[in-house]
Amino acid sequence: MFRQEFIERNAFLLLVLTLVTIAIGGIVEVVPLFTIETTVEHVKGIRPYSPLEQRGRDVYVREGCYLCHSQQVRALRDEVERYGHFSLAAESMYDHPFQWGSKRIGPDLARVGGKYSSDWHYAHLINPQSVVPESLMPRYGFLAETPLVTEDIGARLRALRAVGVPYTDEEIASAPADLLAQANPNADTGALLKRYPKAVPVPGNGHEVTELDALVAYLQVLGTMVDFADPANERLQQ
Amino acid sequence: MADTALPMARPAPDYNEAVVRKFVIATVLWAVVAFLVGVWIATELAWPQANLGLSFINFGRLRPVHTSAAIFAFGGSALLGTSFYVVQRTCRARLFGGTALADFVFWGYQFFIVMAALSYVMGFSQSQEYAEPEWHLDLWLTIVWVAYAVIFVGTLMKREEPHIYVANWFYLAFILTIAVLHIGNNLAVPISMFSAKSYSVASGVQNAMIQWWYGHNAVGFFLTAGFLGMMYYFIPKAANRPVYSYRLSVVHFWSLVFMYIWAGPHHLHWTSLPDWTQTLGMAFSIMLWMPSWGGMINGLMTLSGAWDKLRTDPSLRFSVTAVGFYGMSTFEGPVMSIRDVNALSHYTDWTIGHVHSGALGWVAFISFGAIYYLVPILWHRRGLYSMRLVSWHYWIATLGIVFYITSMWVAGIMQGLMWRAYDQFGFLQYSFAESVLAVHPYYVIRMMGGLMFLTGALLMVYNLIQTVRSRTTQQAFALPGNLAVAGE
Repeated sequence: MFRQEFIERNAFLLLVLTLVTIAIGGIVEVVPLFTIETTVEHVKGIRPYSPLEQRGRDVYVREGCYLCHSQQVRALRDEVERYGHFSLAAESMYDHPFQWGSKRIGPDLARVGGKYSSDWHYAHLINPQSVVPESLMPRYGFLAETPLVTEDIGARLRALRAVGVPYTDEEIASAPADLLAQANPNADTGALLKRYPKAVPVPGNGHEVTELDALVAYLQVLGTMVDFADPANERLQQ
Repeated sequence: MADTALPMARPAPDYNEAVVRKFVIATVLWAVVAFLVGVWIATELAWPQANLGLSFINFGRLRPVHTSAAIFAFGGSALLGTSFYVVQRTCRARLFGGTALADFVFWGYQFFIVMAALSYVMGFSQSQEYAEPEWHLDLWLTIVWVAYAVIFVGTLMKREEPHIYVANWFYLAFILTIAVLHIGNNLAVPISMFSAKSYSVASGVQNAMIQWWYGHNAVGFFLTAGFLGMMYYFIPKAANRPVYSYRLSVVHFWSLVFMYIWAGPHHLHWTSLPDWTQTLGMAFSIMLWMPSWGGMINGLMTLSGAWDKLRTDPSLRFSVTAVGFYGMSTFEGPVMSIRDVNALSHYTDWTIGHVHSGALGWVAFISFGAIYYLVPILWHRRGLYSMRLVSWHYWIATLGIVFYITSMWVAGIMQGLMWRAYDQFGFLQYSFAESVLAVHPYYVIRMMGGLMFLTGALLMVYNLIQTVRSRTTQQAFALPGNLAVAGE
C-alpha cells in the first residue's frame, strides 16, 4: 500500500497520505504550547488592556504598524541594553492578535511605554520627522482628526472575553466610562486605575476622543506592566 | 507540437482552455499591479514624503496590498491557471464539475483579491502577515478554495491515464495544505455579525507559532510546492526531455511536504517562544535544504542533452534561471534559520532580500516561463511575437533582481552589525536612527531594481498582446481548436 507505484494510481490515497504527512509537524509544534504549563510564565502585573488602550491597539493593528515595528525584545545582549528586559511570553498573553512583528524599519516598541512623554508621541505621530529627522515613518495626523468610535467598546471586550481575556462583567459595564476617563485630563481616574493599574491618561484635545488619543494610550502602556525590580518576578526562566 | 501526421488513436478530450486563458490574463495583470505597488512602497521607504500624508496609501496599508498582490493575485492566478491546464493534459480529462464551476473559481478568486486589496487601503486588517483579510473574506476564500479542490481532485479521479503525474502531486499538496493553513490561522471571533473587526482565537506565543506555521508554509506550499508542480510540467515540455529522475521526484516530494511544515519557528528565534520549539524549527529548516535541492537537481538535470535550447529559447531561459534562484534561496534559507545567523539577520533587510530572491527569481521567473510557453498554445498562434523582447525582458529583470538582492544583503547585514556594535567604552555605538539613515542609499538602489523588474514585465505585456493580435503570429492554416494543441 505504501509503494509509490500504488499510491500514484489512487488519487484518494495520495490525498489522505499527503494530509497525514503535513499534519504531523504542525501538531507536534503547536499543541504542546497550549498544554505545557511553563510556556507562559506566571508574573505579577499582567492585566488586560484598558478600553482606550485596546482601541488604540485596534488602530495599531489596522494601520499595519507591525510591518515596521516589532514588539519583541530578543534575549540578546545588545537588544536588552537598547530596549530593556527581554520580552516574556506572559507580556503578550492578552494580545489577540500578537504583534511581535518580523521587520524593524523602525525600532522595537515592546517597551516604548513611558520612554517618551505623551506630548512627544502626539508630535511624533503627527509629523515624525519633526522630532526624528532621519525617520522614514509616514505621518499619522489623520488619526488626530478621526473621532474614535466608542459605541462598540462593549462588543469588542465581549469578543475578547470569548477568546480568553478575563474581562469581568463590571469591567465591560464600565468600559465606556473608563474609556472617556482615560482620554480626559480633568476626569477622576481613580476607578480606572483601580481596574487597570499603570494606565496612562492622555491629554486629548478637550472636546472629543480621537483615534490618536487611543493609540498614544496604548503605546504608553507597552512593556510597563511587569515590574522587573520586584523580587517576586526574579525567577522568570521558561 | 501539431504532430498532425500521427494517427490519432486517442483523440484529446475537449479541454477547458477558456478558464486557463482567463487565469493567464489575470496573472499578467496582477503581476504588473504587484510590481507597481512594490516599486511605490519601495519609494516610500526611500523618501517618506511619498506617503503624501494620505491614510490609504501609507506604507502600513499598502504593504499588505503588495504582498497579497504578489503572492495571491499574481502567484495564485498563475498556480490556479497552470494547475487547470496541467491536470487536464496529464490526466487526459476535461475539468471535473463543468464550465460553470471552473468559472466560479476564477471569478470568486478574483473577487476575493479585489476585496482584500480594497479592505487593506480602507483600513481593515487582522494583521496576520500574508493573511491580513478579515473574517468575512476568509470565509469567502474558503468556499472558493473548496470548489477549486473539488475540481482538481475530481479531475484526478476521472483521469484516463493510469498514473498521476508528478506535477499533480505537488499541485495537490499545495491545494490541501493551503486549505489547512488558511483555516488554522484565521480562526477568529468577530465583534458582531455586521462588523468586519474580529479578534484571533489564539494570543501571544501560541498565536505567534500558528502565524508562522502558516506564514512559512505559505512559502513552502504556495510559493514552493505549487510552483514545483509548474516546473515539473513546463520545463520537460519546453525542453522536450523527460524528467531526469523519477526516483528523486518521489523521495524529494514526500520529504519536502513532511519537513516544510516544521520550519515555522525559525521566524521566532530568540523570542519568548520556548527553546524546544525554536530548536525543532531550526533542525528541520536545515534538513529542508536537501529535499529542496532534490527539486532543483531534478529540474536542472532534465535539461541534460538539451542545454543548447537555452541559446535559442529565451522563455526556457526564464524557467531554468528560476530553478537556479530556487536553489540559491533554498540554500540561503537554511543558513538564515541557524539561530546565531538569525540573531544577526532577523528584523533586517536581509530577510527582505531573501524573500525577493525567491519571489522574483523563482516564483515570477518560473511563471514567466510558463506564460511565454502557454500564450501561443492557448490563443492558437504560431509562436511569440518577438523573441528579442523576451530576451530583453529576461536581462532587464535579471539585472533588476541582482540590484534588489545585493542592496538588501548589504543593507541587512549593515543594520544587524550596527544594532549590535559597541564602542571602546562598552556602550552601544549607534542609535537606531543612525542605522535608518545608513540604509538610505540601498533603499534607493532597491527601488531601482524593482523598477527594472517592472519594466521587464511591461515588455512582456506588450509582447503577449502582440502575440495574440499580430498578423505575423497567425497560424498558416486553421486547425480545429482541439487539434491545434494535440501535441501531447
